Amino acid sequence: MLKARRNPVNVAAMHAVLIVYTLIALFPVFVILINSFKTRKAIFREPLSLPGADSFSLIGYETVLRQGDFFGYFQNSMIVTVASLFFILLFGAMAAFALAEYRFKGNTLMGLYLALGIMIPIRIGTVAILELMVSTGLVNTLMALILVYTAQGLPLAVFILSEFMRGVSDDLKNAGRIDGLSEYVIFFRLVLPLVRPAMATVAVFNMIPIWNDLWFPLILAPAEETKTLTLGSQVFIGQFVTDWNAVLSALSMAILPVLILYVIFSRQLIRGITSGAVK
Amino acid sequence: MTALSLSNVYKSFGPVEVLKDISLAVDEGEFVVFVGPSGCGKSTLLRVIAGLEDATDGTVEIGGEVVNEVPPAKRGIAMVFQTYALYPHLTVRGNMALGLKQEGQAKDVIEARIAEAARMLHLDPYLERRPAELSGGQRQRVAIGRAVVREPQLFLFDEPLSNLDAALRMNTRIEIADLHRKLGATMIYVTHDQIEAMTLADRIVVLRDGIVEQVGSPMELYNDPVNQFVAGFLGAPSMNFLPGGVLGKQAETAGIRPENLRIAEAGQLSGAVTHVEHLGGDTNVLVRIEAGEVLTLRLFGQHAHEVGDGVRVAFEERHLYLFDGAGARVR
Ligand SMILES: Nc1ncnc2c1ncn2[C@@H]1O[C@H](COP(=O)(O)OP(=O)(O)O)[C@@H](O)[C@H]1O
Ligand SMILES: [Mg+2]
Repeated sequence: MLKARRNPVNVAAMHAVLIVYTLIALFPVFVILINSFKTRKAIFREPLSLPGADSFSLIGYETVLRQGDFFGYFQNSMIVTVASLFFILLFGAMAAFALAEYRFKGNTLMGLYLALGIMIPIRIGTVAILELMVSTGLVNTLMALILVYTAQGLPLAVFILSEFMRGVSDDLKNAGRIDGLSEYVIFFRLVLPLVRPAMATVAVFNMIPIWNDLWFPLILAPAEETKTLTLGSQVFIGQFVTDWNAVLSALSMAILPVLILYVIFSRQLIRGITSGAVK
Repeated sequence: MTALSLSNVYKSFGPVEVLKDISLAVDEGEFVVFVGPSGCGKSTLLRVIAGLEDATDGTVEIGGEVVNEVPPAKRGIAMVFQTYALYPHLTVRGNMALGLKQEGQAKDVIEARIAEAARMLHLDPYLERRPAELSGGQRQRVAIGRAVVREPQLFLFDEPLSNLDAALRMNTRIEIADLHRKLGATMIYVTHDQIEAMTLADRIVVLRDGIVEQVGSPMELYNDPVNQFVAGFLGAPSMNFLPGGVLGKQAETAGIRPENLRIAEAGQLSGAVTHVEHLGGDTNVLVRIEAGEVLTLRLFGQHAHEVGDGVRVAFEERHLYLFDGAGARVR
């Protein structure tokens, strides 16, 4: 089917567009990467040139590793992101299943209520959230961040996943019920694997904002031992002097884990799309 | 003994009544087919029997026990779905074993039952495959096998052949009939296809808009329909209906089956041929009679009629079915 539509001019044009887009998207990352390996002078003199024999320097990385507990920050960011994603997916999928599968009074209303959060930014409630965290003693814990990010991610997750779950065959779930599977087994073993592409989408959409967030770590968990990577990197940015070597090195290292998570999820995403096509 | 008995079963979805006052008794070992047009509530009725939907009112008894409050897995039923509904993550063997494992059957019992079902349904070569690696017909046989190993009191089939192509449909139909003979189990089968109903059923239940129109053996329904709907629904090509006045009858509508019409010199009706279908064994001839109605004639064998030919159509009085304005039979 594809072959018939493949006209060489179209293919070339398509690839050209994709390549240009890729270049544009990757350019800043590339600049950050190359400059993180250069001396401060070289960064400012020729920001676009590759690190050469005399401009090469690891000073940025040395600063980052010496100053503060970089690996600690790293670990905090990782814990917060992974745990938040886990809870968003778990609770989002459960709520979505209930909304999609069971008929009960106020089902539609409940769905609307859960989706409302998509339109209302959670940051509006920062003061209330801070008061809540203070009175529950969760300030300066990673748990505070995980809770907030889970709340922030749930509305969209419920919205997307319930749409997908409505598409899962009723016959399959009913076959499971007749075979005596519990609703939990039907949910975890039959339905979840079939909505994996949607779960990957939700994960990718939520991952980056959580990883990059500065607002809530700054307000809820600024203590040294709970600092996230984004917050930790701020020490290199000063009002008067900014240690660009360190900033660029920190950023370079911060890209890696997101990249790995992204590759994991996007593979799921692609596998889901292609397996759906042949059914 | 009564395998299944429904008394005054109602089912509504919100304000919409989908099943209305359904009462029915099915004997042990019987093959009962629910037939009716799409959307008439056949699947809903089957799901109520299976316990996948709660009846709004009325009682469902299986094997003499009221099961209204019993979950599907404990009702002694097994179900085969139109979309196969195989577990995608399990092999054919795993699909068949799952229900038995949930019941807590011993390993050797499970093995023996799977082996028996696989032999009966010719599934031996595929036992270790996943559903994605099977053709439609094979998948449906696995779904049937999954029902067979449960050794249920009651088999429920929901349009199991609708997703298969014509040749496979016939083969699988024969396999299901065979299965019924071998197992002697009670089977309830839902279809919108009257040919499946006629060929498989001991007894047919004709449904329309959630109401039972008539219950009886295929020939009883064919020869003695209680109303115009049943008369028109069974038989292909379907019965001809024309205003009673055209045939000099008092009744609102008169019906006659296509095979009871002949082309003859001395026919009571005259008209012109508008279309001819040559099927080899049969010939279907469409004739527009002088009153303006188009009649379908089903002639045995091959006949050379041309579109536009003037013909006379003959019928016998005893083959006429008369209906009143509401569609009920006038005898
Ligand atoms: N879960 C449901 N919610 C609301 N209406 C339903 C539901 N299931 C079925 N219906 C309605 O009940 C009627 C009968 O459906 P169904 O039993 O599937 O018909 P059939 O199997 O005879 O084609 C249809 O009009 C359908 O719209
Ligand atoms: Mg149906």
